[in-house]
Amino acid sequence: MQKKRVVFNYPPHLVDHPIISKLVREFDLTVNILRAHVTPREGRMVIEITGKRPALEAGISYVKELGVEIEPLAQDVKWHEDRCTQCTACISTCPTKALDVDRKHMEVSFNRDKCIACEACIPVCPYQAMEILF
Amino acid sequence: MAKTIAEINEKIKKGKAVVFTAEEIIDYAAQKGVKAAAQEVDVVTTGTFGPMCSSGAYFNVGHTKPRIKLGGGKTYLNDIPVYVGFAAVDFFLGATAMSEDDPRNKIYPGKFTYGGAHVIEELVAGKDVKLTATAYGTDCYPRKNLETYISLKDMNEAVLFNMRNAYQNYNCAVNLSDRVIYTYMGVLQPKMGNATYCSAGQLSPLLNDPLYKTIGVGTRLFLGGGNGYVVGNGTQHNPGVKRTEKGVPKASAGTLCVTGDLKHMSPKWLRSTSFTGYGVTLTVGIGVPIPILSEEILQYTLVRDEDIWTQIVDYSESYPQFNPGSLGEVNYKQLRSGRITVQGKEIPTAGLSSYARAREVAHILKEWIRSGKFFLTEPVELLPSVDSGVVFKPLKERPIKKK
Repeated sequence: MQKKRVVFNYPPHLVDHPIISKLVREFDLTVNILRAHVTPREGRMVIEITGKRPALEAGISYVKELGVEIEPLAQDVKWHEDRCTQCTACISTCPTKALDVDRKHMEVSFNRDKCIACEACIPVCPYQAMEILF
Repeated sequence: MAKTIAEINEKIKKGKAVVFTAEEIIDYAAQKGVKAAAQEVDVVTTGTFGPMCSSGAYFNVGHTKPRIKLGGGKTYLNDIPVYVGFAAVDFFLGATAMSEDDPRNKIYPGKFTYGGAHVIEELVAGKDVKLTATAYGTDCYPRKNLETYISLKDMNEAVLFNMRNAYQNYNCAVNLSDRVIYTYMGVLQPKMGNATYCSAGQLSPLLNDPLYKTIGVGTRLFLGGGNGYVVGNGTQHNPGVKRTEKGVPKASAGTLCVTGDLKHMSPKWLRSTSFTGYGVTLTVGIGVPIPILSEEILQYTLVRDEDIWTQIVDYSESYPQFNPGSLGEVNYKQLRSGRITVQGKEIPTAGLSSYARAREVAHILKEWIRSGKFFLTEPVELLPSVDSGVVFKPLKERPIKKK
């Protein structure tokens, strides 16, 4: 089984297509929608897809061929390390421990692979060290 | 054998001073024994890097041609109002000031993305800021308008002056209500979903000299990446709180008023800070050297996080309504572990004061002293201590009579 976290960018003509439903039914993939923003003009979705490797690849190429742009989630989430003061204010708020602290040195780290772009850290960071483009 | 500050400075001059940070000295004294360590060690350096709202800076920007008197008019740096109730071209900028058209909390919770602290950080970074002013005009100061760019190097004086910094201990904040609250202690989740705290604990300056036996008026210190001095006790200095047997306060107690030349400071150690729903503030790096004049003074610097206790305070009701009452006590070892238990509930903790940066300040100050760049000063007067009778009073409101 493989897992991928990606951002789907829908062009206007695909907004009314049941793409996620096809991924589930025809490619036998498990889809977890982490965030979605769909308007008549555009659609943007952060999703986690799990499935067997060939099915995952086939599903993704099906979506690409339709004309949906796919980006890895990491591109949209930025931890500005230079702005971070290691205060640890974000640590108790991050639900996935993507933002974590090494208790010995009290230094903060950010693990992109664990981030679900929930934005809980945004109002909590007093130094604007987290940026999520969505 | 007791040492004097003059003797320590002599050793610093020769490059022979023995210096430890407040964190390092704990293990060193445990190994060597307190008596031997007190004889050998000359200085223990402390550090803290946290949000400190009662910070600001005053400036003299030089006279214009023709002259303008800013006092009595309105003056702004990057649209942030400054206080001009002084002579012609002197003014004070407060860290928490914000522009008149900032929405504040009108769209709740407000973001507070720009304020006085941001102007201070930009100036220290060497950037140009916009100085704009309107004045009423006099015979000797005829000009009524001013619009120019200005940078720190253009100014005659630029001085950081913080009337309350380096709080000796601080509350641990929680939220007992059933909604999210936005405070100067950060975002607090409902029903004690999290707890925040704000002290460098065992590294914090005043917690290493709990009874103010070495720190006083004129003490030279690390301030914002440059040198500064203690002006005196800070506002709200409250030495009379509950203390442990070793004199460590169990609630917020002493404070420092500090000053220093802004031109020699660094944006790394003066950081603009935005608390959602609360406002703008300045995060300040401060490090105070503690001269090890005796075994007693060394003993104080051996304080550990587990020896420093603080009160857990509800910021949804008890704090805003100024009602007394603590939900319990925790120590900084527990707070820094990431979880504490309050009234039977285990809750995650988060810091607002950076322990990693506090450690860095203590190390920088140690290096300055070891390399002969920083000398200690004899305080002119010590801060008011537990026997001073100083009390921290609330405002007693008296109705104003209508005539």
